[in-house]
Amino acid sequence: MTDATPKLAWKGVTKSFEGRRVLDGLDLSVAPGKSLVIIGGSGQGKSVTIKTALGLMRPEAGQIELDGKTVVGLSEGARRKLFSRIGVLFQGAALFDSLTIWENVAFRLLNADGVSRKDARERAIEALDQVRLAPAVADRYPSELSGGMQKRAGLARAVVARPEILFFDEPTTGLDPITAAAINQLISDQVRRLGSTAVSITHDLASAQTIGDEIAMLHNGKIIWRGPAAELTTTDNPYARQFVDGRADGPIAHTV
Amino acid sequence: MAPAEATRRVAANPIRALGRSTLAAIRSVGAVAVFAVRGVATALTPPWFPGQIWRQFGAIGFFSLPVVGLTAVFTGAALALNIFTGGGRFNAEQVMPQIVALGITRELGPVLAALMLAGRVSAAIAAEIGAMRATEQIDAMRTLSTDPFRYLVGPRLLAGVLMLPLLTAVADTIGVAGGWLVATRVLAFNPTVYIRNTLDFLQAWDVVSGLIKASVFGFIVALMGCYHGYNASGGARGVGRATTHAVVSSAILIFASDYLLTTVFTHAAR
Repeated sequence: MTDATPKLAWKGVTKSFEGRRVLDGLDLSVAPGKSLVIIGGSGQGKSVTIKTALGLMRPEAGQIELDGKTVVGLSEGARRKLFSRIGVLFQGAALFDSLTIWENVAFRLLNADGVSRKDARERAIEALDQVRLAPAVADRYPSELSGGMQKRAGLARAVVARPEILFFDEPTTGLDPITAAAINQLISDQVRRLGSTAVSITHDLASAQTIGDEIAMLHNGKIIWRGPAAELTTTDNPYARQFVDGRADGPIAHTV
Repeated sequence: MAPAEATRRVAANPIRALGRSTLAAIRSVGAVAVFAVRGVATALTPPWFPGQIWRQFGAIGFFSLPVVGLTAVFTGAALALNIFTGGGRFNAEQVMPQIVALGITRELGPVLAALMLAGRVSAAIAAEIGAMRATEQIDAMRTLSTDPFRYLVGPRLLAGVLMLPLLTAVADTIGVAGGWLVATRVLAFNPTVYIRNTLDFLQAWDVVSGLIKASVFGFIVALMGCYHGYNASGGARGVGRATTHAVVSSAILIFASDYLLTTVFTHAAR
């Protein structure tokens, strides 16, 4: 880790659900302009890690800092301002199904930034083009699109306002390998194009290595391994090894 | 908790179970109150979302017209027959138009319109917002710098409060017309006399008090739909549960507040 202030940092973050400690003093940080991927098994607190950073969940203990300033317990108004610097691609794309694709992509522009409908539509179509969706898709509804196309539209919605930080929650879950590879490539292109800091969570190793500069492995609410993306396959950390090799036996107890 | 487990626990310590459910009830009353205050605050202060408000006026008001109208016409007709029969027992059949008008405007118009809305609108709101919660659309909205309370809850509350009185005015008219139909076609009343009797007898307050009730009921219907949908958890099953709770709690609150408001209005009139 460098001396420079990290873009985003979790410091001793703890969060429990019904007595079960999901995050247990999590320490993690991302340098500006870097892409960090958090990997780990199901139920190890990956989603909770992102949700605490977004303020959708409040940690019981610890701090979360953006550019060195704490973001835990911000007022609704301050958080709204903060969100203008953030883009999120949700697991199921989370498109608003009562709105057309372009209204989805331009949602922030229309409802928070006060951009006129004409300009917002133009910018939405531009963003759709960035994720290789044809302008004809703009006037369709989310339910008329395939899963892969919905993810693309979700990605367009995340990048349309040129955010400083991008979050990707399981970007390839539920997609076939070819579509998944295309989404990974798009994500990594967009992050590079915008120069944003990126935080992704996934249990898809191909995805982790395509979009990540660095990989951190989360287990029992703590980071148990962290290193450059290329080292994931060569590390001798037993936890990381078991995850990469996909074995049921090893230090990670099989609790499913 | 499994049902068997729950039964065992209640049997083991009924007092503790009673305490637990009392605390839970108090907690949810508090939660609904906080939700309501926040909802009203966002409905009354800018920024507003005119597109959303307009859309809810349509969904809650306009598209409820058929169901409210049908309910009103049949109720008015049945009421006319019953009051005619009842009035006949002490030779007072001729006051039937007045009693029908009074019953519809003060009580049945607002209550029946509200109950139809509880089934139609409260359930739809709870299901829609609940599904949005389950698919992370509400979280997504927050990350897009838009307050879901302003965007989803405020417009629905406004639409409930403003649209149900309008629907009730329609229900009053159609309900009285239902009574008129039966009276003139089945019971040989004079059509013109029926209308004149109704209009001469009705006071403005009969209608206005019904419309005030309707406004309160509209708030209840929208609030229960939003509250249960917004707090839905547990996927598809959670959405189903939210829908049921929205309809049941709306209906009960409508009846309870109806009695309360009627009491207040009766005292005020004295």
